[in-house]
Amino acid sequence: MNRIDCLFNTKKNRILSVYCTAGYPCLNSTVTVIKTLSEQGVDMIEIGIPFSDPVADGPVIQQSNTVALKNGMTLALLLEQLKEIRTVTSVPLILMGYLNPILQYGMEALLKQAKACGIDGLIIPDLPLREYEQAYQSLFAQYGIAMIFLITPQTAPERIREIDRLSTGFVYMVTAASTTGRQSSFTTQQTHYFEAIQKMDLRNPVLAGFGIHDHTGFHTVCQYVQGAIVGSGFIKAIATGGDAALQDTIPHFIKSLYS
Amino acid sequence: MKYAIDEQGYYGAFGGAYIPEMLYANIQALKERYKELIREDAFNQELDQLLHDYVGRPSPLYYAARLSTHYNTRIYLKREDLNHTGAHKINNTIGQILLAQKMGKRRIIAETGAGQHGVATATVCALMGLECKVYMGAKDILRQSPNVARMRLLGAEVIPVHSGSETLKDATNEAIRDWISHPETTHYIIGSVVGPDPYPDMVAHFQSVISKEIRVQLQQHTGSPLPTAVIACVGGGSNAAGAFHHFLDEASVQLIAVEAAGKGLDTGYTAATMAQGSPGLIHGSRTYLMQSPDGQITEPYSISAGLDYPGIGPLHAHLYVSKRASYLQATDDEALQAAYRLMRLEGIIPALETAHALAVLEKESFMPDDKVVLCLSGRGDKDLETYIKHKDDEQD
Repeated sequence: MNRIDCLFNTKKNRILSVYCTAGYPCLNSTVTVIKTLSEQGVDMIEIGIPFSDPVADGPVIQQSNTVALKNGMTLALLLEQLKEIRTVTSVPLILMGYLNPILQYGMEALLKQAKACGIDGLIIPDLPLREYEQAYQSLFAQYGIAMIFLITPQTAPERIREIDRLSTGFVYMVTAASTTGRQSSFTTQQTHYFEAIQKMDLRNPVLAGFGIHDHTGFHTVCQYVQGAIVGSGFIKAIATGGDAALQDTIPHFIKSLYS
Repeated sequence: MKYAIDEQGYYGAFGGAYIPEMLYANIQALKERYKELIREDAFNQELDQLLHDYVGRPSPLYYAARLSTHYNTRIYLKREDLNHTGAHKINNTIGQILLAQKMGKRRIIAETGAGQHGVATATVCALMGLECKVYMGAKDILRQSPNVARMRLLGAEVIPVHSGSETLKDATNEAIRDWISHPETTHYIIGSVVGPDPYPDMVAHFQSVISKEIRVQLQQHTGSPLPTAVIACVGGGSNAAGAFHHFLDEASVQLIAVEAAGKGLDTGYTAATMAQGSPGLIHGSRTYLMQSPDGQITEPYSISAGLDYPGIGPLHAHLYVSKRASYLQATDDEALQAAYRLMRLEGIIPALETAHALAVLEKESFMPDDKVVLCLSGRGDKDLETYIKHKDDEQD
């Protein structure tokens, strides 16, 4: 069974997934970050493939992408870095990246390499549902890699059902009309939206993401869905100390989310 | 229409809507409303009235006698530079502002490179009393300062963009992020035939008035609606799309698009997407773009802010691979020389973008009886500083 499915079968709530940008803060930080995060007990790790034009991301993740690219990170190099990753962690690992670099690498080539590294799922925010269904769904099934789609407060109920039908692993609930890392606290309108999603009782588990960066945010969304994805908050936390301080900054940030 | 967009939003293999879910509902609503409205008589009458009374259409098709003598052929200039705000850009913003109004949007955002689209957007927002924010690369703000001042006088807020290359590509990213964050109140007026479906088709539709008029005017000038060739510059490609539109299915008409080669194709300082690019995704559309081998979008260069874009509209990618249109290149220097020539021969100061189209008259040879229509997409007021500086440098 896929590690993502195993996770959701054994743990029903307060699942914490952390997003990191590959090659950030330094080119060779990727493995250290993943290792330290899993030592801190996070349930899942999302590894961002840096892109020059990340339109769904706010300033913090944009900046980390720019730095990672300057450091020389590429998708090919990332897959090289991840070759031995299963010797350091057993948590589910997800790659998140925009479609253009993936197309240039080749979708099947990526799935094949990802499988070999022990990657469990992919998030491609600008891949249309229709194109996934027609061109890639069977390939994902063949390689046993999960495909996670996003829903937002603007997604109509019938489309949520459609997204739930095509998603494997879990559904990524974007908490607000926003890019990543923008907001501080949730409005009543948002909590109504979380409730509505909870009531839809989707066939996939749901994780909330965008704008969750502290204990309060994590605690709030866990009342409605199975857990949360923290991205910009984490990138910000590891930005200041650089590579040398990761052993301190990572545990400090993760503890602040749980307690 | 052999070259029209299909039901799925593609021109052959190019186009589509590669957008994050956050924009899906907006793009869908826009597509549906656009398709309804362009079939409504009341909408089209309102649009035509504004184009006539406010923009000053039809723009003249001018037989450029001295330029024609110089090149020993017959050259007709489609005078989009005489439109209100000084370029073809307003044809599109008038159409989209009406659409935004009908959709009940109160807030308008736009990206701009040379500032022509920003000015055209700020203008129609003032006309309709709508809030307007224009994203512009910090580098472009410096080199096109007259247009920045114009936008501000018209009541728009100009927001400098410091990410990436600080030019049009990054301004577009920032406008997309704004739209993601304000999906309900806001309409995003894209200024070229780029972006996710329905933008390429919608902008081409509003710009197609250019070739619609050329046919009528050429008939009056020459007794036939069909020229030998149509020439236009391309960045994203909206004036070219408009100038080509009603000739796409006329196989006898040569369509020539001119990209900005910058300092030269192999110098690394270029914006010639067809010459240097490959297929991929940019701003929600599958098309040609300039990118690194691992799919990072590269920073373009051109003296002309309006052509300084690493992508090109999907229609053009389709016309390129199907060989319906040819894509030529002109360098900064060739464009400058062509602009100076037009100033002296015809008393017209063209925009730097348009100067690239004029530059191919030096390279392509036409017969004395040929009828060549060149889309004079904009006027050069905004580029005076550049023209004066380079003229001084030449004389030094």
